[in-house]
Amino acid sequence: MKLGVLVSEGPYTHQASDSAYQFTKAALEKGHEIFRVFFYHDGVNNGTRLTVPPQDDRNLQKAWSDLAAKHKLDLVVCIAAAQRRGILDAAEAKRHGKDADNIAPGFRISGLGQLVEAGIVADRLIVFGD
Amino acid sequence: MAETETRPAGTGVKKKFMYVNRKTPYGTIYALEALEVVLISAAFEQDVSVAFLDDGVYQLASGQNTSGIGMKNFSPTYKALGDYEVKKLYVERESLDERGLKPEDLIEIVYEDEDFAEKPLVRIVSRAELTEIMAQQDVLLNF
Repeated sequence: MKLGVLVSEGPYTHQASDSAYQFTKAALEKGHEIFRVFFYHDGVNNGTRLTVPPQDDRNLQKAWSDLAAKHKLDLVVCIAAAQRRGILDAAEAKRHGKDADNIAPGFRISGLGQLVEAGIVADRLIVFGD
Repeated sequence: MAETETRPAGTGVKKKFMYVNRKTPYGTIYALEALEVVLISAAFEQDVSVAFLDDGVYQLASGQNTSGIGMKNFSPTYKALGDYEVKKLYVERESLDERGLKPEDLIEIVYEDEDFAEKPLVRIVSRAELTEIMAQQDVLLNF
């Protein structure tokens, strides 16, 4: 089955990102296709490479990045939600005159249309929120 | 929202999308960011519905005044939904009742049909009716 995944909460405060990650990993292991994982609301905070969780805790950003590298996952961070919350790639940082970017490996910034497209193209869109 | 979109891979496919609003307009950002998705989705020529239930009915309350909280009152944007060809707005009757709200307490949202006659977009439906409408959807997004 072709699946789309929406992550609506940031890491650690809510379990949504953990659950979405476990689901995505399990679905891939079962042979399903993940068309896209879209990060919206505070979910965009999963896509900063600057998080430093304690060493004995899980590193959600790294988990997503590693999964993306292994399975060529399309991890998309909503641009409007990301700009509000300070998630920038190099091009966006330059465009807005910011002195740094923080997008994590395997993530890309794009528009909300990518979420709608996932809803259209995927057989099921699975939403992980609060 | 000046976003450039590539042509979607699913062009030609028409699905039933419902955006379900359950939260107050302020206090959290869900209502505002849900509205942003609804407006974007209108460009994809899908069958779009928007539902307001639980505290989400407050999103359509008339007379919103945010001057004291330093936030933008975005409620006028709902009035533009008809212009975006979003014409199926459902408000759950029980959620209104539970909050002491009446249909006339909601902002008036209309669209002009082909005869330039203004028609109301909001339909007040029962919880049971909304359940059935939800069951018919292909994609449900909760906010």
